[in-house]
Amino acid sequence: MIVRVKLFAVARQLAGCEEVQVSLPEAATIGQLRTAMTEQHPALVPLGRAAMFAIGTEYADDNAQLADGADVACIPPVSGG
Amino acid sequence: MIALTHDPIDTEDLLRAVTSPQAGAVVLFLGTVREMTAGRQTVALDYECYPEMAERKMAELEAQAQERWPIVKCAIVHRLGLLKLGEASVAVAVSTAHRDAAFEAGKWLIDTLKQVVPVWKKENWADGGSEWVHPGLPPLPER
Repeated sequence: MIVRVKLFAVARQLAGCEEVQVSLPEAATIGQLRTAMTEQHPALVPLGRAAMFAIGTEYADDNAQLADGADVACIPPVSGG
Repeated sequence: MIALTHDPIDTEDLLRAVTSPQAGAVVLFLGTVREMTAGRQTVALDYECYPEMAERKMAELEAQAQERWPIVKCAIVHRLGLLKLGEASVAVAVSTAHRDAAFEAGKWLIDTLKQVVPVWKKENWADGGSEWVHPGLPPLPER
């Protein structure tokens, strides 16, 4: 399946776009997405493992499973306030 | 009351929103744009957010604070876009019957907002460089 991942702040700066597509096996987890995203988009390697991910508007840990068409965002460490 | 806005934060508005005859205390916290960070001079900060999630997380924080403290009214506003030195980037206003709870709730709200709400700032340095601020990540200056 193809998952589209929204990018913000330095992630968008590194990739040069607001969204990347990541090819994953069916029912892949956020952990698999984390690895596959940097393999398929090496510009994002400097993020390391620092970024969190969200499915919809909720943070999702590495064990969370992705459904086809899931609304996914890459959330680099936040710095609001 | 929760808001994300590109307009300057109107503190009078916020105070009006939380003032109540049931409250004997109102605490207003403002986060403002600081000129010096670790010896380096800033001219402006850029703020961006993931709007749907930021709004949702701010509303969750308000609800959690309402459960933990006897809050009469609460308002959280985060500004977005380009902010000059001294401008307010975030405001938390809390009213309670007595002051201790207002201070505690206000501190918890701003501390937790800074940990969980998907908002990011970019430093625009006086020397011309700029970089997104990501605690725990080394700076990655924009080309």
